[in-house]
This record gives sequence, C-alpha cells and structure tokens, in this order.
Amino acid sequence: MNFASIEFLAFLLVLTAAYYLVPKRAQWVVLLCGSVVFYAFAGVVSCAFLLAVIVVSYVACTVIGKRQRACADWLNANKELPKEERKAYKNKNKKGNLVIVCIGVGVLALALIYAKFVSSYFGFKVGESGISFGAYALEIMGISYYTFIAIGYMLDVYREKAPVQRNFAKHALFVGFFPQLVMGPISKYSDVGEQYFVPHAFEGKNLYCGAVRVAWGFFKKLVVADAIAPAVGAIVAQQKGGVFFLLLCLFYSVRIYGDFTGGIDIVLGVAEMLGIKLPENFNRPFSSKSTAEYWRRWHMTMGAWFTNYIFYPLSVTKGMQKLSKWSRAHLGTAIGKRLPVYITTIVTWLVTGLWHGIAWNFVVWAMLNCLVLLVSQELEPLYTKFRTRFPKLHASMPYQTFMAVRTFCLMGLIRVFDCYMNVPLTFTKFFSVFTTPNWGALFNGELFSLGVSAVSFAVIGLGILIMWGVSRLGKDRPLREKLWEKPWLGNLALAALIFAIVVFGTYGLGYDASAFIYGGTFN
Amino acid sequence: MKKRIVSAILCAMLLIGALALVQAVLIPSRYDNREGHLLCGYYDTTDAHDVIFVGDCEIYEGIVPAVLYERYGITSYVRGSSQQTVWQSYYILEETLKREPDVKVVVFNVLAVKYGKTPREEISRMTLEDMAWSDSKWHAIRASMTEEESLLSYFAPILRYHGRWSELTLKDLANTFDKHEDITHQGYLMQTDIVPVDPDDTREPEALIDSTLPLVSMEYLKKMQALCEQYGAELVLIKAPTNSVKYYWYDEWDAQIVEYAKANDLTYYNFVGMEGELGLDWSRDTYDAGLHLNVYGAEKLTVYLGKLLQDEHGVQSRQSDAELDALWKQRIEQYETDKQKGENDS
Amino acid sequence: MEQLIEIMQNLHPDVDFETYEGLVDDGILDSLDIVTLITDINDAFDVSIPAEEILPENFNSAAALWELIERLDTV
Repeated sequence: MNFASIEFLAFLLVLTAAYYLVPKRAQWVVLLCGSVVFYAFAGVVSCAFLLAVIVVSYVACTVIGKRQRACADWLNANKELPKEERKAYKNKNKKGNLVIVCIGVGVLALALIYAKFVSSYFGFKVGESGISFGAYALEIMGISYYTFIAIGYMLDVYREKAPVQRNFAKHALFVGFFPQLVMGPISKYSDVGEQYFVPHAFEGKNLYCGAVRVAWGFFKKLVVADAIAPAVGAIVAQQKGGVFFLLLCLFYSVRIYGDFTGGIDIVLGVAEMLGIKLPENFNRPFSSKSTAEYWRRWHMTMGAWFTNYIFYPLSVTKGMQKLSKWSRAHLGTAIGKRLPVYITTIVTWLVTGLWHGIAWNFVVWAMLNCLVLLVSQELEPLYTKFRTRFPKLHASMPYQTFMAVRTFCLMGLIRVFDCYMNVPLTFTKFFSVFTTPNWGALFNGELFSLGVSAVSFAVIGLGILIMWGVSRLGKDRPLREKLWEKPWLGNLALAALIFAIVVFGTYGLGYDASAFIYGGTFN
Repeated sequence: MKKRIVSAILCAMLLIGALALVQAVLIPSRYDNREGHLLCGYYDTTDAHDVIFVGDCEIYEGIVPAVLYERYGITSYVRGSSQQTVWQSYYILEETLKREPDVKVVVFNVLAVKYGKTPREEISRMTLEDMAWSDSKWHAIRASMTEEESLLSYFAPILRYHGRWSELTLKDLANTFDKHEDITHQGYLMQTDIVPVDPDDTREPEALIDSTLPLVSMEYLKKMQALCEQYGAELVLIKAPTNSVKYYWYDEWDAQIVEYAKANDLTYYNFVGMEGELGLDWSRDTYDAGLHLNVYGAEKLTVYLGKLLQDEHGVQSRQSDAELDALWKQRIEQYETDKQKGENDS
Repeated sequence: MEQLIEIMQNLHPDVDFETYEGLVDDGILDSLDIVTLITDINDAFDVSIPAEEILPENFNSAAALWELIERLDTV
C-alpha cells in the first residue's frame, strides 16, 4: 500500500477508529491485524519473507531466552560452588547462545542478501516503455528494515539488553509493525517493544499531533520532493554538466531530504496517532556543522544500528585488540592507535554502502564519507587550536552558518553518486563544473526546460522556506506540540497544510490540456 | 475542549469551502474545446423523442435531428460523445430510456466495438463528467476507469485537475462560475469546414494483429439489445461512412457484426462504400479528409437513414402535434442560422 | 581514576572530563573516540569492555566509565 494513496488514508482512518474503540487489552491485536492487511498488499512473496524473518528471529530468541533462564536457575541453585566453576558454566552457556544467535543472524543476513542481490533473474519485464529484457531483483517491500529490526533484537536478547517476547503474535507485531515496513526507522525492542502491548487511552493531543505530522510528511514529499524530482531526472538523463551538476547536488539534496524525512514523518505521525512513540530518525541534519555530526543526525537509527552491531563489536574483538597492541608496538603510537580504528571504520562504511545496494557507486559513496570523516578526525587538533585561538569568531553566527553550509555542500557532492549510478560519469560531470560551467543556463531559460516550470520552482522554493522555518521553530520542541496549545492557530495550520497538499501536491495523473482535446489531435 | 471542537469544525468548513472554490477555478472550462460538452444539453430538454442515436464521433457528427424532423417529422436526439465506448453508450442509453421509456428505435453506431478498454483516460473523463449524476453514471464510471485513476476524483475533480494550478490564466478565473451553453443541435455537433479527401493519398490501413472484436464490447452490445427489449424499443446498428485509413472499418470487423446481427435478429446498415446510394462526395462532404462527415455529408446520411427509419422501422411523423411542431420549427431555424453562420465563417 | 582522566584528556584536551556529564549525549565523544578510548582502557587497566557495554550511560561521564571498569574487574 502506497502512503500517498486514498486506500492508505482510508485504511488509517478505519484502523485508528478500531484501535480506540476495542477494549484496551485488544489494541495490540488491532495493530497486528492492520499490519497483516497493510503487508498483504505487497504480495505473497513479500509476505512469505516477512513471515520467515519473524519465525527465525522468534525461534532464536525463545531458545536463547530459555537457555539464559536455565543458566540463571543453575547459578542460583549452585551458589556454594567456587566462583571459577560458576563462571565457566556461565561462559559455556553464553558460547552456546552465541552459536544460536550467529545461526539466526546468519540466516537472516543470507535471506537479505539473497532477496536484494542474488535473486536477480533474467527475463521479460512489462514496464512503461513496453516490454524489456534484463536482470531484475526480487522486489520485497521493506526487507532491509524489518530484517535489521529482527537481527538487532536477536543480538539484544543475546546481550541480555532486551527481554524475550515469548508470545509469537506479539513478537510478530514488534518485527512487522506496519508503518516502519516501508522506510524504517529501525526500532529497538528496548525503545518501543512494550509500547505496542500496553493500553493506550484516546488522547486528542496524540491524534492532533500525529495527524499534523502525517500531513507535514505529505507536504514535504508531495509539494517539495516529488515536485523537484523531474528536474533531477532530467539533469541525469540528459547528462547535463557544468552548472547543472551543481544544481543536481542541490535538487537531489532537496529531493532526498523531502522524500526521506517526509516519509519518516508519516511513519512516526501514524504511530503517534496510535499513542506509540517510534525512535526519531532525523534531527535537523542539514544544520550539522561537520560530517560526523551529520551522520549522527541523518538516518539516525541506521547509523546507530551499524555502530552498535558492527562497529563496536568489531572494534572490541580479540583480534582487533591484539592488532592494536601489535601495531602500537611495531608502528609507533601515532599509527598504531589509528590502524584498528581506521580498519573498523572502513569496514563498517563498506557494509553500510553495500546495504544500500551492490554497486560501485555505493562503494565510492561509502568510501568518500569515510574519507571525509577520518580526515576531519585527523584535523581535529587543528580545529581545537582554532577554537581556542579565536573563540569569538568560532562562536559567531556567520562562522557557524559557514560550517553548516560547508557540510551541506560536501554531503550534497557525495550524495550525487547515487544519482548517476555511474562512477566515472559522476567524476566527468564534476570536473565539467570547472571546464564548462555554462553559467548562462541559469538565466537563459534552460533551467526551466527540465520539466519543472518557473512557477513550480517558485512554489518549491516557498515550500523549502516553510520547511526551514518549521525546523527552526521546532528546535527546542516540535512545532506541532506548540500548535496543539493554540487550538485556533493549530487547526488553521492543519487546514492550510491539507489545502497546500491537495492543490500543489504531485499526485495522481498529471494535467495536459492538449490531451483533453479530441478532435484537435485527429486520433 | 469546547473551543477545540468549535475551531476544528470551523476550520474544516473553511478548508472544504476553500477547496470547493479552488476546484471551481481548476476544472477546465472547455470553451475552446468544441467536444467538451456534448451530453449535458440533453438534460435540459423536456420533450420526448421517438429515435435515440448513441455512439461516438461518427454519430454526433453524422446525424442531424433537425433535418430528420424537417424531412420526415421524426423526433430524435443524439447521445454521443468523443470516443464513447460501448459500455458508456450502454449506460447513457440506460439513463435516457429511464427518462423517456417510450422511445421507438435506438440507433447505435458500431465503430466503438473495437475498443476492449478505455482508449484515453482524458476523453473518457470528458464523457463521464458530462453525464448527470445517476445510477447509470456510477456504473459507467466503474466500467470505464483506467488503472491509474481514482474513483474519488469523480466526486472531487480537484484531485484530477489540481495540476492545472501552474498554468491558470485570468480567463480561468473569469470563467469559474459560467454555465456552459449547449452548442449542439439536439446532440449534433455542426462542422461546416470542407477539407476534401486527398486523392493522391495512397496509404494503406494498418494490418490488424487480432481481428476478433473484444468480448467486453460484444457483451455490452448484447446488454444494449436486452435493454431496448425491456423498453419495447428496436435496436438498429449502423456504421457511418468514412474514407480514411485512420479509424478504418475492417472487413473482418464488419463480418463479425453482420454475423452478430444475423444471430440476434437485428438490422445492421453499413454505409461504408455506399457513396453512390447516399450521394456522398468526398471532395466536399468531409471536414477532415474523410475521417468524419461535415454538415453537408451528415445531411445526406440523415436523409438516407431517415427514409429507412420511416419505411423499414415504422417511425412516424409527429408534425400533427402543433405544440411539438412549433418547438421543432424553432430548432430547425436555429440550425439553419448556425449553418449559414458557419458557412460564412469558413 | 586519575589515569582514566589522563587518557580521556589526551583525546580532547579542551574538555573538563572530571565534571562533564553527557559526553555521548552532547556529541563530545563520537564512535571513533569511544573505540580509541576502549583500546586505551583495555590496555591500561587490563580489562576487556565488551560491545554490549558500549552504551551512552556508561560513557557519559568519567565517573560512569570508572564504575564500568571496576564492575568489569570484579566479575
């Protein structure tokens, strides 16, 4: 089910009504049924994959849970035994658990890799431009998100950081809660798990704030992101260079920001309407003053996942620690200290890149991010010196703005790699900015030949301005919560938002006046 | 709490009002588009008709009710619109017969049987939006909707036309609340231009890949016959004359219609290739090089078909009804005036 | 404890680690810092901090970190 569809809105209405009408202890059943209905639209193969992931993670978690309880019981019963013996027992138990968790994670990781990359088949595909022949991957909705949720949960259970959910249906709801199946966030059981199962009384504030957030998400996606999408597509398809490369960086940043943060706003808004607080995935990322900060504010749950389940575990492995000791002894502290951190950083980013897709552009994208992060890490002492030398300048508004703009531009440049999906071409276009900038294109109307008219650009610009304003106003506390306290202003704002989406949104069939003239075209 | 509810209700009303207003501006007023409103004029008529014509462009540009009355005293109305599919014709006929159950003969032009699904969403929408709300319209929408369309957009057209905001002109604002005037003559759309068939055009019609007529169309044809029987009207099939490789009437299709008419005991007149009998002159009687008839061609076809309706199908003159006669005299006068005006313009 | 502060000070000379609370929450220690820190601590105190203990609450202040080291040492 597409978020931007009448079906989804109707589904949401019915679900919310049912959710608050049924007895409180049955609310989670409504969520489960809703998730089943929502996912059923994705088709049989997708449902089978989701079910398989739920079953595998459930079995792994319950078995580990049982072993952990048995171990605790044994330790309790044998308090008089010597410490070493107790410790040995516990370690043995833990090793067994590790084997189970490895099997579980391995199966899910293989399923993910299979679904995303290996399943490519050759054959005919009926598309917009007729029938074409080529390789296609299985399209399974949201598989990277729920698989990550399930893997994270298994690891948390193994680490005893999350309780085992022994009720299969409840476990299924945690892994497959419908809003987050499309684009995340990647939630943790310790953050959200119990929220699904406790009773939620109807609260006007939740409903209002959730609805405003959903509408806001649609605004970002339909009025801004989808409206500028044709320009992004045209620049890439026509392989325009020079100043258009810079515009592409800008437009694509706007598009991906509106699309992704808007989508997450819809997801979190839907959950909020139901009284559930899913983890935030973005924290005003474009105001970041460094790349490291940017990655703490952009797609936060993915970043946290990779940090917690890949970067840290990798860093503290015995091998890494040994390598660290060895390199310090043989290569000197300066290099020795860095080597292990560098290796783990690179590996983590490589996996992150490949998670987005097995293609060179993602590898280059990941390595460039990595490079910028490590270089700024190395330059840190310089920055510190600068900060202490010129504290006033550093804290001044213009300098802070400069840093934010610099980070935005840097990330925009790196992001372009997944636009062209072609590494050499991206570099060619990048260098064309210096060789053939063609600045005139900004003023001779060529800008408006990209499928977005001047008046549309104006509306998009206004939309961006509103997005910036809302983000500023929501710095301390989400704007929607402030609006809730002022009923008139709040309701008016919501009405205006819906109005803007209906009129200016990019949805449905486009309007082409000539297509409505029958005789004129003689066909 | 009370304040919240009151403000919520008022804001909701404000939103709906604003959207309704903007919708009125955004719905394209089809002043420049002569085919924009061919069906709606019918709802303003109050007199009954003995003959109803249904079909697509070939019927609303091929049959002139004014001429039919002038010659034979036959009262009729054309209920046709651009690319009107068989199912649309069926539901339009259904709403027509509900309004006037005493229709004697229904004439259906068969060209559209070639469509197995809605050929163009925009044109289909023009037809559907021009219908008055009724059961029949609802079913017509359900039968015609293409995959990308949403049903809701027929109730809230802003969902379909909102994209027009970027090309609005002052004219749209000025036309917002204008009611469209009916430019047809009892459903006939007058074309006075003359663009003769190019005698040097040697193009051949495209070869048919699958010559079988779509099942769905044939089924609606069957339903149409049942509907006519229900109201005691006779269904007559015709195929208007054309002389163009576009919209070509293939022999394979014709054979199937002949077969169908025979099996179902229907009369079928195919006028393609009957230039001699009709007195049709392709250098004069078409406005688009043989694709459609202009007013001169349409008059010839009407006169010929009227004779058949009178002689073979027993449709009688209504000229003895003085009140009705006066009304039709007025219509004929209007028709002649417009025809004269068109001639002078072109 | 003094040794720990010294290790931390090496990382960020301009931060007052003795009193600061919220090192992770405020973004002073990022993941790269934390890994460097863990390597140093493991080395200096002969413990091994496992991945599951890398939580904000354990790294938010020097005191919390010291507590973690002691806890790991005693088990």
